Amino acid sequence: MKHVIAVLVENKPGVLARVSTMFARRGFNIHSLTVGPTEDPGISRMTVVVDGPEMEQIIKQLYKLVHTVKVTEFPPGTAIEREIMLVRVNASPKLRGEILDAARVCEATAVDVGVTTITFEVTGPPDRLADFLQLMSAYGVTSLAKSGRIALARDQKTAKSQSKSA
Amino acid sequence: MPEQLTGAQALIRSLEYEGVDVVFGMPGGAILKAYDPIIESPIRHVLARHEQGAGHMASGYAHATGRVGVALVTSGPAATNLLTALQDAYMDSVPMVAITGQVATTSIGNDAFQEAHTWGMSMPATKHNSLITSAEEIPDAVREAFHLASTGRKGPVLIDVPKDVLSDTMTWHRPGEIKLPGYKPAVKGHPRQVRAAMDLIEQSERPVLYVGGGVVAAGGADELKRFAELINVPMVTTLMARGIFPDSHPLNLGMPGMHGNYTATMALQRSDLLITIGARFDDRITGDLKHFATGAMVIHVDVDPAEISKNRFADVPIVGDAKVVLEQLIDETERRGVQPIRDSWLETLSDWQTTYPLAYDQDPDGPIQQQYVIEELHRLTGGDATIVAGVGQHQMWASQFWGFEEPRRWINSGGLGTMGYAIPAAIGAKIGTPDKVVFAIDGDGCFQMTGTELITASVENIPIKVALLNNASLGMVKQWQTLFYEGRLSQTELSPTVPNFALFAEACGAVGIRVDRPEQVAAALEEALAISDRPVLIEFICDPEAMVFPMVPAGGSNDDIALSREDFMSREDHA
Repeated sequence: MKHVIAVLVENKPGVLARVSTMFARRGFNIHSLTVGPTEDPGISRMTVVVDGPEMEQIIKQLYKLVHTVKVTEFPPGTAIEREIMLVRVNASPKLRGEILDAARVCEATAVDVGVTTITFEVTGPPDRLADFLQLMSAYGVTSLAKSGRIALARDQKTAKSQSKSA
Repeated sequence: MPEQLTGAQALIRSLEYEGVDVVFGMPGGAILKAYDPIIESPIRHVLARHEQGAGHMASGYAHATGRVGVALVTSGPAATNLLTALQDAYMDSVPMVAITGQVATTSIGNDAFQEAHTWGMSMPATKHNSLITSAEEIPDAVREAFHLASTGRKGPVLIDVPKDVLSDTMTWHRPGEIKLPGYKPAVKGHPRQVRAAMDLIEQSERPVLYVGGGVVAAGGADELKRFAELINVPMVTTLMARGIFPDSHPLNLGMPGMHGNYTATMALQRSDLLITIGARFDDRITGDLKHFATGAMVIHVDVDPAEISKNRFADVPIVGDAKVVLEQLIDETERRGVQPIRDSWLETLSDWQTTYPLAYDQDPDGPIQQQYVIEELHRLTGGDATIVAGVGQHQMWASQFWGFEEPRRWINSGGLGTMGYAIPAAIGAKIGTPDKVVFAIDGDGCFQMTGTELITASVENIPIKVALLNNASLGMVKQWQTLFYEGRLSQTELSPTVPNFALFAEACGAVGIRVDRPEQVAAALEEALAISDRPVLIEFICDPEAMVFPMVPAGGSNDDIALSREDFMSREDHA
């Protein structure tokens, strides 16, 4: 089962190495990991998608790292989760119209068009990316670049009304 | 006017500011600059012969005193040599600060002479580490390192200092407030959990206090004794906790686990409540976890939340400093008043102790039994010695047969099982507690790893004593080959004659004594105890066939504890 955790860490040199080394040393599997700045320049946010039956030990080991400030696990459906993907698809001139129609339905944007390929950008919840990729596999995907996930907890007050949109 | 110092001067002054009285180390290119201000510093420097030795010395010092041990070495090979000692200290939660030299910041990453990626290599072997990039950072970095090493779950912290940082000038300032927003070790246990623990204790019929090194680290010996007596519950002390509770106390069952005594091991196994304090359900204690103490509920007190339910689910977890939580438990016990009487459980344990004592047989005409040497040493010192062991059979015998009465008088490498620990750790312990007799009990395999530190002991006037139990083998491994590989010995027999350890000791400037008959043991020990102006090594030519029992086969259930070789061999499925 995949779990999504947010790790707020002090923005210090090497902090990514500390986290990834800990995962390697303890035998935990990282599915994806992103790291970037937050509203506080002293704090970085890592969003880690982890494969594993239970998170308790992983969260405790993360807290043991001196530069870890806060760890939050997002139960399914409680966070806004986003990924970005660039996908290049075989697109002979006679199939282009069909491919572009499909892309529109999935809110994918054509960002580069070549003689025999089209490259799309898709941003959104992980499901949307997966759906689009499956759709495009029929035409032949020649290259794929995908980000790790970023996530923020939903605001408590709006959690209910927005839970369907993701 | 603000004082201008070099980074090197600031480093040594920062150590003085922490109250450091001794550092263990060895100079070299990248750290050279830091060795100059040592000449004027009141800090004593002990020159080790190998950086691993320096690290274990710092560890032995920390074990014996409870203070932070300090190692100072250069870059590259010195740092890699130190790694073993760091990992050792990490596994046993020993407070240490290691300072390593590094190539200049301008050379880092260029494969410069004696460059190693110390920061990266030491990361998983330390509680925390840092690479300093400017001389101005030094006072705060040192303060932070000592704070981290000595608080919460203690452990080694490394500071990597590039050469140019040591030669740059800085304006001296005392370290500021520690700024570690994510580091807040728990001290006090949650009162609700303390009450829940007492509820379980009151309901239990076969409780056991399962006490580990965390109580030693917390300095909780008095509180532990008070609590054990208040609730009148028997106790087992793990390898890392020997001495935290007097072995002479009727409630003390001794050491449990793979080579624990029958009663201690089986008390855990048959218990209905493990009151675990500062212990971590190590595989050497539990054997096969699935079959460990299957009828027991668990209270788990630990300063490190990650230990709770890591190996064994805790019904009542209490995160906090062992000493403070024990005080809370004492208060709660006193508030509740009379505690249950569990005569039948205590009688069962007492019967086991009578039926299954630790035993060996010293034939007056046979070879010296290792256990006999340990018992004779205990008799002649009245138990008033700090015992420092390496790793293997001699370590287990020492833990089994020495009667420990005080904490910090038993020093060994528990978690990592680092052969060669004893000699350098004994040196560190002797420096930290110069008025105490420090006796290393070592094996011939271990001694050959770090025995050259005997030179350090002689040259630096550190009069440690060494009982070298020479069985001409890597005894513990040989024992496994004997029991589990049908006696097919592979690379576990060492030379019975080379080296002549007594002569080796003499060559190192120590007194060397060599005996091979049981009747010579007492006299040799007395001779060693009478020498106080230099190190002494007694080589005891011991029984090469002696084995450590009881034994729970690795990965086996504690129910399968074998009391003796005969007991082991009598089982059909012993292999």
